[in-house]
Amino acid sequence: MSDNLNSTPDPIDPAGTRAEIIAHAKSMVEKLENGDSLEAFKVLEELNRAKDVTLFEELGRLTRSLHNAITDFHIDIGLAQEDQKEISRISDASDRLGYVISLTEDAANKTMDMVEEAIPTAKKIQMTAADLKPEWDKVLKGEIDPAQFRALHTKMGVFLDGTITASEELSQSLSNILLAQDYQDLTGQVIKRVIQLVQELESSLVDIVKTAGTVEELAGIETSALTDDAKPATEAEGPIINKEKRSDVVSGQDDVDDLLSSLGF
Amino acid sequence: MKILIVDDFSTMRRIIKNLLRDLGFTNTTEADDGQTALPVLKSGSFDFLITDWNMPGMTGIELLKAVREDPGLNSLPVLMVTAEAKKDQIIEAAQAGVNGYVVKPFTATVLKEKIEKIFERIEGS
Repeated sequence: MSDNLNSTPDPIDPAGTRAEIIAHAKSMVEKLENGDSLEAFKVLEELNRAKDVTLFEELGRLTRSLHNAITDFHIDIGLAQEDQKEISRISDASDRLGYVISLTEDAANKTMDMVEEAIPTAKKIQMTAADLKPEWDKVLKGEIDPAQFRALHTKMGVFLDGTITASEELSQSLSNILLAQDYQDLTGQVIKRVIQLVQELESSLVDIVKTAGTVEELAGIETSALTDDAKPATEAEGPIINKEKRSDVVSGQDDVDDLLSSLGF
Repeated sequence: MKILIVDDFSTMRRIIKNLLRDLGFTNTTEADDGQTALPVLKSGSFDFLITDWNMPGMTGIELLKAVREDPGLNSLPVLMVTAEAKKDQIIEAAQAGVNGYVVKPFTATVLKEKIEKIFERIEGS
C-alpha cells in the first residue's frame, strides 16, 4: 500500500509544475522591472492557477491513495482468511468483532445455563443430607429404635441413589462449562487478525498523513495541534485497560469507596 | 422488593439477576438502556435501580439525572454498576445523587455489601 505513495518521485511536485511556476515567476519579475504592472498581475493570476492545479492534483492523488488503502484493507481481510466460508460470512473487521461479541455472549449464556442447572442440584444434595444428619447422629449415639432404623435405612438408600444421579449431573454441567470456554481460542484468533489489520491500516494512514502534510506545506495551510480539550471529562470510555499508567482513573473498588467516602458518602 | 436492572449486555443483566436471587431478591425486571428503563420506572413501583453507565440511547448517568429530576422517582435508590472508572465520572455520579458505585469487574461480595449498605442507610434515615 505504501508503494503507491513512495513511487511518486517528488511529492511536492508530482505533476512537474515546479518548472512552470519558476518560468511564471521569472516572467513576472521581468514585467515588473519593465514597469508593465498589468501584465505582471496577469502572470500572478497564472501562478495562482498553477498553485491551485498542483493542489487539486495532489488532493486527487491523495483521494486515490486513500481509496486504495481502503480497498486494500478489504482485500487483506478476504485473503488473510483461510476458511473460504468465513470470507463470505465475515467480510470486514467490524463483522469479525461482531462475531467475537456473539461467541462470547453464547459462551457466557451456555455457562450460566449450566450453573443455573447445577445450583439446584447441589442444593438438593445439601438439603437431603442435612435432613438425614440428625437421624444418623442418633444411630451413632445408639439412640435409635429398630422401626426408626428401618425407615432411615430406606431413606439412606434413596439418598445415595439420588446423590449418584445428582453428582453425574453436576459432573456433566462442569464439563459443559469447561467446553464452553473454547470461545477464548476462537475469539483470540479473530482479535489477533483484526489487530493485524488495524496495524496495516495505521501504516497506510501514516503514509497518507505524511503526504497530506506536504500538501499543507505546499498550500500554506496551518493546522493547530489536536487537543483532547473538546472531549468532556465524563464521557463514557468503557473498561480502562491501562489503569496503572493513568492518574485520572480508580484502580478498583477500594479506590471508588475511598473517593466516595472523601465526598461524604 | 422490586428491582430494575439496566444494562445493554444481556449476560451482565443475567449475572446481576442471579446474584440478586442468591441475596433473596427475586422480583427483578430488565431494561437495555435508559430510554427503555425510564418509562418502566415511571409505570411500576420499583424499590431499587441498578444501572450500567455506558449504554446506547440513554446512558446510566443521564438516567440517574432523569430519575432525580422526576418528582415520582427522585427518592429511588440507585446503584451504578459500571466499567467506567474515571474519578471525574464517580464524582459526577455522586453529585447527581447516586447511592452506590460498583466498578466492573466486581465480586458477589462487593455487590452484596453495597446493596446492604444502601438499604441500611435508607432504613437509618
